[in-house]
Amino acid sequence: MNRSRAVTVPAILCALVVFAAWLAASPGSAEQSAKRNASDNPREVGLAAWQQIYSVMSHPRCINCHTAGNYPQQGDDRHRHFFNVVRGPEGKGVPALQCATCHQSSNADSTGVPGAEGWHLAPLTMRWQDANDKALPSSAVCRTVTDRSKNGGLDGAGLVKHHQTELVKWAWQPGLRNDGTARSVPPISYEQFMAATQDWVQAGMPCPQ
Amino acid sequence: MQTFKLTVNGQQKEVTADPGTPLLWILREDLKMTGTKYGCGIAACGACTVHLGGVPTRSCVVPISLVGNRPAVTIEAMADDPAGRAVQDAWVAEDVVQCGYCQSGQIMAAVALLKSVRKPTDKDIEESMGGNLCRCGTYVRIRQAIKTAAKQLA
Repeated sequence: MNRSRAVTVPAILCALVVFAAWLAASPGSAEQSAKRNASDNPREVGLAAWQQIYSVMSHPRCINCHTAGNYPQQGDDRHRHFFNVVRGPEGKGVPALQCATCHQSSNADSTGVPGAEGWHLAPLTMRWQDANDKALPSSAVCRTVTDRSKNGGLDGAGLVKHHQTELVKWAWQPGLRNDGTARSVPPISYEQFMAATQDWVQAGMPCPQ
Repeated sequence: MQTFKLTVNGQQKEVTADPGTPLLWILREDLKMTGTKYGCGIAACGACTVHLGGVPTRSCVVPISLVGNRPAVTIEAMADDPAGRAVQDAWVAEDVVQCGYCQSGQIMAAVALLKSVRKPTDKDIEESMGGNLCRCGTYVRIRQAIKTAAKQLA
């Protein structure tokens, strides 16, 4: 009996150590622990959530249509859209060269053209780049997104709703390029993005300095 | 293979094709309507432009499965369309065409522009027609012909 107990206690201790190590190495643990550490400070929770949101917004699938100029961008290198495509008065192109001239209501994987309902450029007030096509820093994008005079009058609930539109969701299902390879997706899942959006809104939508 | 019903120039058509087949090849191969041209196959040149639900569309990149119930209008119907007729007349009057290969796409784009903007400026024309390439370089005559057609339609 004593011998058995002597074997069991180190075994349990060992298992606990292994479990703790697994927890530390598991995906999302850093984020969870950051959240735990900051849990008594809502602003810190909100700022941590914002950084996750920014990691999505600054990804080419999103920022390519939040340009500062007269054209959208394409590809992971965010080059100017080919084919002389221009913004047009409503961000949907011009009469004979509209977004819908190529982009349909869903991806056209057989021809490599991405598509989703309501394909269009974000208005210039919602640009997330500077005049040289360089992504604005997190703080500047946050200020733009939370400025209701620029974001179409959206409050927190409105921003959550915007993140639930088909066009935003498309970023995680961007289809195939015309060489048959898959387009890249944002660094976190859509579910993580929405959870971060909820946390950030709940924390009062704080922005980094 | 799948069967699709579509409306082309006001006529009901039925085709059996792979859902990923571009509309261009449905028009040219299945329906034998060869006025719409294959240029680049990646929406880069505009030679394949048709109107789909009233929107100028690059038929080389739109799979038949995404056409839905939107009616297609092609260059073959332009002679019976007031704007189409005016543009074709202006094209002849201004002697636009050189080799002619891109011109059905150019005309479809020009008609879409004139249906939306009655008196297009140079900027309107350059922006709208910027996606239609002409390797003969007939751009100056195209611009003049669009202005001539606009006057005729006024």
